[in-house]
Amino acid sequence: MKKLRSLLLSWEALLVVLLLICVVIGSGLSPYFLSGFNFYALTTNAMEIAIMALPMTLIIIVGEIDLSVASVLGLASVVLGVIWKSGHPLWLAIGAVLLIGALAGLINGVLVTRLGLPSLVVTIGSLALFRGLAYVVLGDQAVSGFPASFTTLGFGTIPGTEIPWSGVVFVVLLLIFAVVLHMSRLGRQLYAMGNNKEAARFAGINVRQIKLVLFLLSGLLSALAGVILTSRLSSARPDNGVGLELNVVTVVLLGGVNIFGGRGSLTGVVLALLILAVIQNILGLVNISGDIQSLVIGLLLILSVLGPNIARRIQVALARRHLATGRS
Amino acid sequence: MTAITHEAERAKKGNQGRLGRLPALVGRVRESGLLIVLLLIIVIVSVQVPRFLTIDNFTQILLSVAILAIVAVGETLVILTRNVDLSVSSIVGVSAFVTAYFFKQMPGTNLLIGIGIGCVLGMVLGMLNGLIIALGRVPAIVATLGTLYVYRGLDFVFSARTTSQVNASDVPPSFLALATTQVFGVPLLIVLAAIIAIIVSYFLRASRTGRQLYAIGSNPEAAAIIGIRRDWLIFGAFTASGLLCGLAGVLWSARFATVDATAATGLELEVVAAVVVGGVNIFGGSGTIFGAILGAVVLGTLQNALNILNISQFWLQAIDGAAIIAAVMLDAFITRWLQRSLLFRRQKA
Repeated sequence: MKKLRSLLLSWEALLVVLLLICVVIGSGLSPYFLSGFNFYALTTNAMEIAIMALPMTLIIIVGEIDLSVASVLGLASVVLGVIWKSGHPLWLAIGAVLLIGALAGLINGVLVTRLGLPSLVVTIGSLALFRGLAYVVLGDQAVSGFPASFTTLGFGTIPGTEIPWSGVVFVVLLLIFAVVLHMSRLGRQLYAMGNNKEAARFAGINVRQIKLVLFLLSGLLSALAGVILTSRLSSARPDNGVGLELNVVTVVLLGGVNIFGGRGSLTGVVLALLILAVIQNILGLVNISGDIQSLVIGLLLILSVLGPNIARRIQVALARRHLATGRS
Repeated sequence: MTAITHEAERAKKGNQGRLGRLPALVGRVRESGLLIVLLLIIVIVSVQVPRFLTIDNFTQILLSVAILAIVAVGETLVILTRNVDLSVSSIVGVSAFVTAYFFKQMPGTNLLIGIGIGCVLGMVLGMLNGLIIALGRVPAIVATLGTLYVYRGLDFVFSARTTSQVNASDVPPSFLALATTQVFGVPLLIVLAAIIAIIVSYFLRASRTGRQLYAIGSNPEAAAIIGIRRDWLIFGAFTASGLLCGLAGVLWSARFATVDATAATGLELEVVAAVVVGGVNIFGGSGTIFGAILGAVVLGTLQNALNILNISQFWLQAIDGAAIIAAVMLDAFITRWLQRSLLFRRQKA
């Protein structure tokens, strides 16, 4: 048990080592890897995933999952484009889109908490539904030509630095999430829910309400990520962000969050975010296409759960052998 | 020890009472309900467009459903064990592309060899899923979400090393004929799907292993206690799913003739929709092959109806998603309703 705990504690240490290895490989491959501009490129590309990973972390900690995030992002992107194209001001479009995202999350949350349906199936359904609606709204068209004031959000930086505005948005959100998860009563309640739902309910935690809010939050922030992606690409297309749920889930699980809930930290998730961003950056530097990048991320997802499982098995086997030899 | 007997006794009691048969009952209500829905769609669309109601059009519908149905049979086996296989579309894609490429490179080889290559390839990928899940204890949703992209990525790697697309003119006509051949007036594709459905359905109903698959899904702990080798069966279910996806891939490339690395992308959502709409319980343990096929037919009919009514095909994915959500909602409602009425009846007796 003690060994097991030390193994889990060292997960973050392992991630730091992994990150360093990636950075060394990256700087070996290209002299531009450690440049300020590459840092900028690397972080802006990862911001949508980073923002969606925050609520996903909490959702997985309470023992649920939301596979619809990338579809909410796509729907938000398309609706934003359509509203703006029809002559309304951008702030109105952004407000409407955030509302739609929250509503989408609320639908997921109601289905999971009020009807007691498994979040896995509900969000596979809404993954298809929201992406489908994005196609219904815009067909195979695209909206582009957004004003510069808007696209600054996506690829502008704080004047004089290489820090993107979207990064500032993420850091603010991260601080809020970190305080809630790691320093508040609510945070402890989330872990309790993930460890034992029944016990949490008997302890007076409003499990259904909290889960409902988490799904709503996930929809809202996915829509925000949609706004940022639209701004960065300066284009609203129904296939924006297709498959990003893979990256988001990978980041959270690679970050050491237990898929069955109850364990995990935002420190790990942020480290995993950096690792994923660096890996994608490296793959981009050596000209590997997006579809093949997904192969690497898929492998990473499987390994981040399979690895610890195998390590634990070996540990148990060793302990058994140790016991057996000790007795004889 | 007492904990074990207690657990086993509870499982036994649950199975004796009518409440224990609840999921099966829900399934029966669902299947008859689905038949009515199917009839309703047919009546409504035929009234508006008479040419919907022709044998030719129904053959078209079944033809477009056949490949989906074969994959849905495999998915049903997996979902019965309380797992899910999201990687099906990528396995179909890999098998379709590799088979087509094989026939392009060696047009003279025996058809069966090419078909065998596609099937074995699918089976190996399915086994890999099974290993990660049954032996590596990775939850199926994580494992197959990963392999969905890993297998698709391999497809792109293969395509990047060989050719970007295989065209109809590249493969021998005898291979393409697989999709057009008729047996007593019925297309071979439909016959194949029907044969597979009947065999697997019989296996699930009558064989010991088939019943054990249900047992794993309805109560994993109890199944382990009575000595069912759970890991092996889950491994087997994923292997079977992979094999059927491999076959579906072969048929896919024969039917569509032009194949690239994106073939069958997104099919997994259609498959899950068909199976769930067909009343197969997503928690495992209940559902039939007949139901899953019926689900596929309903979705296929709907797709055909959209086409005939000139409604945008962009609605398809949204409909699949809505169908999944509606189906699980309906299951929850019917379960609650049956539970209440059964309890009421028991109290009266």
